[in-house]
Amino acid sequence: MQKRVTFRHLTLPYLFILPQLAITIVFFIWPAGEAIYQSLLRQDAFGLNTRFVGFENFERLFADPLYIDTLWRTLGFSVSVTLLSMLSALLFAVMADHVIRGATTYKTLLIWPYAVAPAIAGVLWWFLFNPSVGILAYLLQGLGYDWNPFLDGDDAMILVVIASAWKQVSYNFLFFLAGLQAIPRSLIEAAAIDGAGPVKRFWSIVFPLLSPTTFFLLVVNVVYAFFDTFGTIHATTSGGPGQSTTTLIYKVFNDGFIGLNYGSSAAQSVVLMIIVIGLTVVQFRYIERRVHY
Amino acid sequence: MSSISIRGVAKSYGNTPVIHDLDVEIAEGEFIVVVGPSGCGKSTLLRMIAGLERITGGEIAIGQRVVNELEPKDRDIAMVFQNYALYPHMSVFDNMAYGLKIAGLPREEIRQRVDRAAAILELADFLERKPRQLSGGQRQRVAMGRAIVRDPSVFLFDEPLSNLDAKLRVQMRLEIKQLQRSLGTTSVYVTHDQVEAMTLADRLIVMNAGVAEQIDTPLAVYSHPASRFVAGFIGSPAMNFLEATLTEDGSHLGLTTGDRLTLDHRPDGLGGGQNVTLGLRPEDLLLCQEPEASLHLRVEMVEPLGADTLVHGRLSAGNGAASEGADTTLVSATAGLMTLRLPGTAHFDQGERLPLRATPKSLHLFDAANGRRLS
Repeated sequence: MQKRVTFRHLTLPYLFILPQLAITIVFFIWPAGEAIYQSLLRQDAFGLNTRFVGFENFERLFADPLYIDTLWRTLGFSVSVTLLSMLSALLFAVMADHVIRGATTYKTLLIWPYAVAPAIAGVLWWFLFNPSVGILAYLLQGLGYDWNPFLDGDDAMILVVIASAWKQVSYNFLFFLAGLQAIPRSLIEAAAIDGAGPVKRFWSIVFPLLSPTTFFLLVVNVVYAFFDTFGTIHATTSGGPGQSTTTLIYKVFNDGFIGLNYGSSAAQSVVLMIIVIGLTVVQFRYIERRVHY
Repeated sequence: MSSISIRGVAKSYGNTPVIHDLDVEIAEGEFIVVVGPSGCGKSTLLRMIAGLERITGGEIAIGQRVVNELEPKDRDIAMVFQNYALYPHMSVFDNMAYGLKIAGLPREEIRQRVDRAAAILELADFLERKPRQLSGGQRQRVAMGRAIVRDPSVFLFDEPLSNLDAKLRVQMRLEIKQLQRSLGTTSVYVTHDQVEAMTLADRLIVMNAGVAEQIDTPLAVYSHPASRFVAGFIGSPAMNFLEATLTEDGSHLGLTTGDRLTLDHRPDGLGGGQNVTLGLRPEDLLLCQEPEASLHLRVEMVEPLGADTLVHGRLSAGNGAASEGADTTLVSATAGLMTLRLPGTAHFDQGERLPLRATPKSLHLFDAANGRRLS
């Protein structure tokens, strides 16, 4: 039997949730509503005349090959960032799990990057991979690779993927490590006695037991790559050269604040909003129920 | 099936020794139980046999093969863990088949072996279930099944019954015993439960602080405990211990209460007037008529168990005749609480004084200094 708190006055409970409601309305509902409203409008080039155009902004958007390109690019970018950051985090976590001496120091160092602001992370990698002064660029050139993210779109993409993934490794590392440490030692020992070598043990016991963590991180990382990488991209390549590192979120900024095309920018925001709602649904549906084993 | 030889095995973590120079020969098909209090090194010993802990000194051989440097998987052993260590994401079938699949057995044979084990353990209806859908006893059986399908030469059990409730524990204990008998596989079983130890073992290893205090059959351990520790650890309720002094002529023991107990022979290497620790099992104290009494117990508490009655009390000074020549005032609060086990039901009042006797054969004497048994 669940005991429910009952209020004698109707106003009191509403007063209790008012602060949260106010924050939600001012910072979430209102801007989102504004974006939806704007996405249905069209302004002339000088901002003197605004008219209602219905879904025309959306129609134009999906007819625009540039936007479709950006969509695909964003998908590629997200998958790369997610894979890179999750795989390296998993590798680090598995290794950290075996470290006995200095384990705390080791773990702390691996968690540090999470405290670095996205723009700073971007600048950091921009310097490291800068063809004129970057040490990593120098090494690549030394290996005979003509590295230049300022001119070559693929190089630029690799650069933003690395910078973005690097930011997320710490977060993934923490979750993977916690997941690994939650696996009872005796399971690994039982598998060792059953004849499984380290690699076999990892893939047949450890990795399946990590699957709830992995799935959770998968969603979180995709959301991160889609929506939280603006700062990193802005500081490293600014979406260039050309459009080669412009993702959906960067294009919203570019079209809205640089191109001053509010209608289209707002429509793109609404598209992003729908994507994030979809991802959240996936997350709640599956993660709340857990990936079961 | 193989023998296990443990020769001079020692284990230390850094500078902290946890097992000292242990020697045991375990015969083929024997069921050995390692028993001792927490932290005595019994699990470490088992894990060294399994290959999950490195051996600091000495050597362990399974069959004729020294296994010190072998990986667990190369030792031909199977182990049942305290928490069962079932793979939670695999079905019961896959749990049992895991080791066989790795060994590369043909699918048909894996099926046969698992089915056979499942039939023995009455798990046939649960093969498709996941461990979390099973009860504690069933999980325990799956863990056993995983061990027996591989047909290893040695079974290792690490407190496998301690997570079960009392009733199930008794049942599983019998099942393990029967299974081991029918398979005839050499087994090493670690427990802190002395009832499990007594009932399962062909031979017991009683460990204390990293030392094997006694290695013998359960009944020999019970009737001839090698040390005061073993005497106190094995048997429930525990043996009563009393400080006593050998009389000058070596024929009697004088107690602090002034009572005297007759010995049937003079203990080896013990001079008159020396202090010893006397051990008396609760069931070896017998109620008697006043003239035969050599001890008196003042009743403090009675615990009726149905089949037996436990009487707790303190020794009380004997009458004038028995305390002749001894200090009769020596009844201190520290004169230990004693336990008496009487068959059947009996009623006593608190404060009642019971006349007791003990046969000379039932007296256990231990060196007052080092606790070793005196014969």
